[in-house]
Amino acid sequence: MEIFDLTIHELHQKLKAKELSSVEATSAMLERIDATDGRVNAYITVTPEQALIEAEAADRRIAAGEMTTLTGIPVGLKDIFITKGIRTTCGSKMLSHFVPPYDGTAVARLKEQGAVIVGKLNQDEFAMGSSTESSYFGATKNPWDLACTPGGSSGGSAAAIAAQSATATLGTDTGGSIRQPASHCSCVGLKPTYGRVSRYGVIAYASSLDQVGPLTRDVTDAAIMLGAVAGYDPLDSTSVNTPVPDYVAGLGAGVKGLKIGLPKQYFIEGLDPDVKRAMDEAIALYKSLGAEIKEVSLPHTEYAVATYYLIATAEASSNLARYDGVRFGHRSESAKGLSEMYARTRDEGFGAEVKRRIMLGTYALSSGYYDAYYLKAQKVRTLIRQDFLTAFEDVDVMLTPVAPTPPFRMGEKLEDPLQMYLSDIFTIPVNLAGTCAISVPAGFCAAGLPIGVQLIGKAFGEQSILSAAYAFERETEWHKKKAAL
Amino acid sequence: MKITRVEVEHVARLARLELTEHELDTFTVQMDSILAYVEKLNALDTEGIIPTSHAVPMENAFRPDQPAPAIGVDAAMANAPNHAESFFRVPKVIE
Repeated sequence: MEIFDLTIHELHQKLKAKELSSVEATSAMLERIDATDGRVNAYITVTPEQALIEAEAADRRIAAGEMTTLTGIPVGLKDIFITKGIRTTCGSKMLSHFVPPYDGTAVARLKEQGAVIVGKLNQDEFAMGSSTESSYFGATKNPWDLACTPGGSSGGSAAAIAAQSATATLGTDTGGSIRQPASHCSCVGLKPTYGRVSRYGVIAYASSLDQVGPLTRDVTDAAIMLGAVAGYDPLDSTSVNTPVPDYVAGLGAGVKGLKIGLPKQYFIEGLDPDVKRAMDEAIALYKSLGAEIKEVSLPHTEYAVATYYLIATAEASSNLARYDGVRFGHRSESAKGLSEMYARTRDEGFGAEVKRRIMLGTYALSSGYYDAYYLKAQKVRTLIRQDFLTAFEDVDVMLTPVAPTPPFRMGEKLEDPLQMYLSDIFTIPVNLAGTCAISVPAGFCAAGLPIGVQLIGKAFGEQSILSAAYAFERETEWHKKKAAL
Repeated sequence: MKITRVEVEHVARLARLELTEHELDTFTVQMDSILAYVEKLNALDTEGIIPTSHAVPMENAFRPDQPAPAIGVDAAMANAPNHAESFFRVPKVIE
């Protein structure tokens, strides 16, 4: 077993027993990044000097007997997280030289726990995409097959787990951006309930949908990471002041008598046969463990993608108005007057997908179209949210596919934005409803590429989906398979 | 057609995006197909439905208006493309 193979909880035991120092673990991880990242491109920025300083500090803390589970653990952050003194690009030319003056809350909490930040991970530009191909810093490749995308937008965060070039990572999920790449890279990806984790210091895409969460090698690690970053933050007034349970302690609850719903609208004609097989096997396993399987209905599912692409783009067009070349970020050198400077800066600084979404959102909010598009979408969002509330009157969690297909090939969906958008059909409704969901490794397709299944929970039901995922993981070996790199 | 090229040019002006001719052509086609897709929402009767702006129902979040430590002028100016002392410098606004 190599050091870079270890989970958080395994590495923690070795650090605690002084079999290994954080400097050794961090050095091993930095070497692993060197050995793999030329092929995978999971990282935008690697921070070896800073990481080793943090690792030395972690070792002093361990020696003093003041360690937490994350002390000394090498973690990577999606480059959407503001990091003090470390360039933060959000995958965009617009921020390619941006060095933030402060840490966001999730990052500050990881640092307080003694986690070691080894670098910033690749993503779709401004988190807008499902393949990590829209990054200004080049596409990330799927470690399971370098000709395939890792999914997105947190593709770097998922690929680093699959390439074993980070022990754990943080991503963000606005319409599936943690769960879909987790499914495509065979890792665990958790999108918490909206309001569970502070968004302070996370570069905004669609503020009513964005949420921070972990991508990890197993369910226990996801519980550890969530526990570290969750909780109320006065700096994010949409974070919810609800106690954070001990997620790790609750993992062993089991699924006997758990009511698991299968939303019938998710088992559509044309679902990829390998995805369907993974689902059937997961259902059979849960049955054998004593869970009660029930069909449920989410009748407005087919409207979710359309609703999302109006609400998310509208919010994005507003959020991204701040990139005007005045206070930070790229500025066009060629413009004469102020208006021209704004417009050229934005044309030069943003890539095609970001411009497309700003355009759509601006249109949906513009005079004469607001009621027909944006307001209509917000009303349909109410219906979708109501679907979830009704379904959760009958069941504790829901079990669904994560993505309709196994990982797709690089370039396959780039020319057709609508096809790319439809790859998030099973993940988007959860963001609209604002509840939580987790993707867990559940098999491989005939071509040897990973497939995940999704457990959806009630609002603040992270404990239920984590323990259900843990019960599944204990009975399967999928999460132990490693990509051959 | 759900959207014309003239409308796309207008939206680009609203969004402060100086798009190339090629981008305007591409976005006209792509936005047209996306807008045709979102038309499906019109199949739903949403009369009397209250719109959802946030998934978690919450009231306004108030806090006392007290000064707190800030990052300071130097840090705030450090990423500015062009500045002079504590001011952001921009191209001439009025000719």
